[in-house]
Amino acid sequence: MELSNINRKRIITLLKEGNRLDGRKPFENREIFIETDISNKAEGSARVRLGKTEVIVGVKLQTQEPYPDHKDEGTLIVGMEINSSAGDRYEPGPPQIDAIEIARVVDRGIRESKYIDLKKLCIKDGEIVWSVMIDIYGINDDGNLLDASFIGALSALKVTKIPVYIEEEGIKYDKTSEKYLPLTKNESLMMTFYKVGDNLLLDPNREEEDISNARLTLAISKSGKDKIIHSMQKGEIESISIKDLNKIIEEAENVYDKLSLELNKLITR
Amino acid sequence: MVYTKRSDGRKMDEIRPIRAQVGIVPNADGSALFATGNTIAIATVYGPKELHPANKRKPDRAMIRCEYNMLPFSVSERAKPGQNRRSKEIGMITENALSAVVDLRRFPQSVIDVQILIIQADAGTRCAGINAAAMALAHAGIVMKEMIASVSIGKIDDKIVTDLTKEEEDWSEGEGATDIPFSLTSNTKECVHLQLDGRISTKKFKEVIDAAIKSCDKIFEIQKRALKGEIIDENKKDKK
Repeated sequence: MELSNINRKRIITLLKEGNRLDGRKPFENREIFIETDISNKAEGSARVRLGKTEVIVGVKLQTQEPYPDHKDEGTLIVGMEINSSAGDRYEPGPPQIDAIEIARVVDRGIRESKYIDLKKLCIKDGEIVWSVMIDIYGINDDGNLLDASFIGALSALKVTKIPVYIEEEGIKYDKTSEKYLPLTKNESLMMTFYKVGDNLLLDPNREEEDISNARLTLAISKSGKDKIIHSMQKGEIESISIKDLNKIIEEAENVYDKLSLELNKLITR
Repeated sequence: MVYTKRSDGRKMDEIRPIRAQVGIVPNADGSALFATGNTIAIATVYGPKELHPANKRKPDRAMIRCEYNMLPFSVSERAKPGQNRRSKEIGMITENALSAVVDLRRFPQSVIDVQILIIQADAGTRCAGINAAAMALAHAGIVMKEMIASVSIGKIDDKIVTDLTKEEEDWSEGEGATDIPFSLTSNTKECVHLQLDGRISTKKFKEVIDAAIKSCDKIFEIQKRALKGEIIDENKKDKK
């Protein structure tokens, strides 16, 4: 599994000149493929491919008692498992720390942007609210599961419908619902910058991710002319200079504009 | 309502009174206490030592294994003991931050165990934990390229504020509170840990970096003094 030194050197040398082995530019993502409603028992679902990296995401809605400090709000839970189908570096068993981190970073990107209107998910104040449960499954890992997972969650949320709920009877999963999950205009997008050698790139494939020892994830939304950062997570064991940090934030604004155009074309209800 | 004055009277860019001391756990190879205001963290270091199971060993370097523990009585409502998703994530980001400055290639195949105990929590626990852990590593005599310090920068409404308390973190008026734990290296001022929750414009983020550098510089000085054996308690100094 270890990457040969020759490939490592080639990737780093090419990147110095702004090139990559697969012909992409440093901040160019791989082709995105999105298919929604892939599982009809889920309230919303999507399958996303980012190059050869693939995730499947399902959203289930259940009712529960609200949290005591948010009595009039629905709840959000994000889970992630990287199935051992995803590659021979993964083994069967409970989620490992890499999957836990992805789930928590995706959760914060969605939660902090207030993309889901949780107040509208209150059924009865203080008594019963909807719980939105997003489960992400890594199916094939060819690098950047993080961003693929976020695109998957976003796509699945967009097509999620609230099941029919009848007081005293509960949820009627078998009845067809036409009510979409209440989403706000605060749509955030997630992007992860990876440091490879002394340079930065976006959306690494497996080889590029393997030789990267530092990354920074951002979830960004747009508010008028401004770009708003909702969550950040520095990952891996190498440091990032303040210069690179400023460069990432600057570049993230451009990436947001490009990615949001691309995704809007791809995700349809 | 605009946030103009902090409830504990601190300046916007002022860190809480610090307590710092090394050598507080005699059995450990290195240990330290770091407290900022009402947040208290203790860290111990054991190692470098043989790593088991052997298949986890890295042939060319040591690994750092860090566990972050929020003790059940450290918060208002009892926290369930043991590891959860949050504590695992904090353990990992602490491992990453420390790994950036420890000369891991000096101890191939071994492990350095770092335990962080939060005995009293009033926000900023992961930062206090990182500060204590970095001191404990240095106290254990483990070769480090630089020191690291950590501080939680926040944005309350539209003000950049240093080292939030729990009360400040729960601020919900105006733009609410944004929490940005930030860890830097002492000499090269590089970022070894950065997280963010909330909302802040890309323009405003520059102010966060400046505030983090300023506070970390203060923490480095305190860490240095404590590592020379001084018992630091800024609360006492204030009372005099």
